[in-house]
Amino acid sequence: MIERGYYEGFGGAYLPEILIVTFDELVETFQKAKSDPSFWQEYTEIMSTYSCRPTPLTFAENLTARFGGGRIYIKREDLNHTGAHKANNVMGQGLLVKRMGKTRVIAETGAGQHGVATATMAARFGFKCTIYMGEVDMERQRPNVFWMERLGAEVIPVLEGTRILKDAINEAFRDWVTNMDTTHYVLGTACGPHPFPEMVAYFQSIIGKEARKQILKYEERLPARIYACVGGGSNALGIFSGFLDDPVELVGVEAAGRGLNSGQHAARLCSEDASIGVAQGYKTYFLQNSDGQMKETHSVAAGLDYVGVSPILAQLKESGRVRFEATTDRQVVDALSLTIRKEGLIPALESAHAFAQAFKEASTLSKDDIILINQSGRGDKDIFTVADAFADPKWQEFIKNKAEQYHA
Amino acid sequence: MLESYLRSRLSEKEILLMTHIVLGYPTFEDSFKIIQAMVKGGVDLMELQIPFSEPIADGPVILHANQKALALGTTVNKCFDFAQKVTRTFDIPFLFMSYYNILFKYGVDRFAADTADGHLRGAIVPDLPPEEGQDYLKAMEKHNLAPIFIFSPTTTAERMKYIASFAQGFIYCVARKGVTGVDTDFSGQLERYLARCRKATGLPLALGFGVKDKEDIDFLRGKVDIAVIGTQTIRLVEKEGVGVVEEFIKNLTE
Ligand SMILES: Cc1ncc(COP(=O)(O)O)c(C=O)c1O
Repeated sequence: MIERGYYEGFGGAYLPEILIVTFDELVETFQKAKSDPSFWQEYTEIMSTYSCRPTPLTFAENLTARFGGGRIYIKREDLNHTGAHKANNVMGQGLLVKRMGKTRVIAETGAGQHGVATATMAARFGFKCTIYMGEVDMERQRPNVFWMERLGAEVIPVLEGTRILKDAINEAFRDWVTNMDTTHYVLGTACGPHPFPEMVAYFQSIIGKEARKQILKYEERLPARIYACVGGGSNALGIFSGFLDDPVELVGVEAAGRGLNSGQHAARLCSEDASIGVAQGYKTYFLQNSDGQMKETHSVAAGLDYVGVSPILAQLKESGRVRFEATTDRQVVDALSLTIRKEGLIPALESAHAFAQAFKEASTLSKDDIILINQSGRGDKDIFTVADAFADPKWQEFIKNKAEQYHA
Repeated sequence: MLESYLRSRLSEKEILLMTHIVLGYPTFEDSFKIIQAMVKGGVDLMELQIPFSEPIADGPVILHANQKALALGTTVNKCFDFAQKVTRTFDIPFLFMSYYNILFKYGVDRFAADTADGHLRGAIVPDLPPEEGQDYLKAMEKHNLAPIFIFSPTTTAERMKYIASFAQGFIYCVARKGVTGVDTDFSGQLERYLARCRKATGLPLALGFGVKDKEDIDFLRGKVDIAVIGTQTIRLVEKEGVGVVEEFIKNLTE
């Protein structure tokens, strides 16, 4: 029987009957792995030899000087192999797939980072791999589609619904109910039916464990505030989990898109457009209408425009432990630009949400305070979107020439 | 009670027919005409699906029908109004089928109250296992409605017993792994699975997912009590229009 996995009313496992056995197996495998001390060791070992862990903490000297407030540190999840924190979750689930003896993995992807990470893990472990991606996201994140296919994954465009992340999740579930005997669904964030929220948060907790140790080593004290962007919530839970019991203010940053009053955003925890509901197998805040139909979402960052949010974060919001804010596309692009110029760092558009919010608040903190920003991923994948945002003429020229070349 | 209706029908007819439509697809007017044709064709009971934006257990055909119905302005309130009109007009039992969020947002108790008010007999909610459905079960019982639960080929014998302990009316047996609208292999394996279902419950059994023609239903005769036709009538209406529905239904159990 399912262990229910609730976080003060959020979470659960609202599953079609056909998947109950599959989830029982997953819950059992995960619980066994978690209580086996050698499992976490195996996991950290593979993360250090195959990915780039521990990822460093970078002191952002120039940004600190610019805002004249708290000392800004950046946790460098962008240095993970494949360029984002997604690798942490994917390698962990890969080890579980091996334990379950399955031979095929499927995943959904929005920004493409989770898809690339899953395809990479599949290549490394020798699994067959299928990635579902909304057609709109495929257009936005073509470089990642290219890499997934080179890695041997089949990328299936999803033409249903709003053709973004939530629709890719639905399609992955449809595949899973047919192929669960051989296939594991590597869900990309701390959402979905139990045990996914707990499991993904568990693997991502490696971020917070490292960050806490590192900041204590460098500064001999804890940060005043920690900022992380919130799509489904996995990178945020990852870093926050290291500090939940500390007197540290935790700030989750959602996508305000074109503004919280525009109807074109993805703010589930800090907007009136969201309410509690049950979809995609779990109970949380969703952007939905009064009938319970999911709304369209928007963010310049494909990885943030999901309609739901981790049930664990929903609980941390209700309990007041985490503060939630939202920043607009425009503010995000500005923050990205500033970070690139001042520090030579290129955060992903998703991560830049955390930077944008931190920049709004940095000068209000004292010079002795420490600010920690989770740079969940690197921005290479966003080159098309960012070049568009800046209307970069040389880039446009390059693309034009490239196109002509293909026409010839 | 739904179960006693089914039993009395079964004393006259070897296998009953349940059909499914998505409300408001292609339009409410068509939905009404389709129901009329199905009743004339001899359907014994019907599922009326309230469309949802994320129908994860449904395949492409029903998924599209859900999306189209919503795009054309189908709301939960309109579905209730429509269902009331239908139960007043036609003398067979109707059930709602939808996903849990629709009930949850409407208010589970209010949903059950209005379902009973509209003279429907029960509901099928494929993403609500009994473990998560305690409020729903209470509300359904209070309003004398049948909560239809689902068996699947992966359900263990022990779990079938557990599910059956909450079910009323009949058990909906899913024929195979996967979503709606893909062909099912009607074979010895299906027969063995149905025998397992039969052992786990005294309730009538329905079989759905992939049932599409007379041949399928002939295979099921003697093995289940109700054959469920879902995707196939939607396909038919899309290809050939409402006009052919009555004849299609008539031929299925003849
Ligand atoms: C770089 C990056 N950061 C953040 C996210 C948002 O996901 P989560 O909230 O699960 O960390 C994504 C999702 O694709 C991402 O690619």
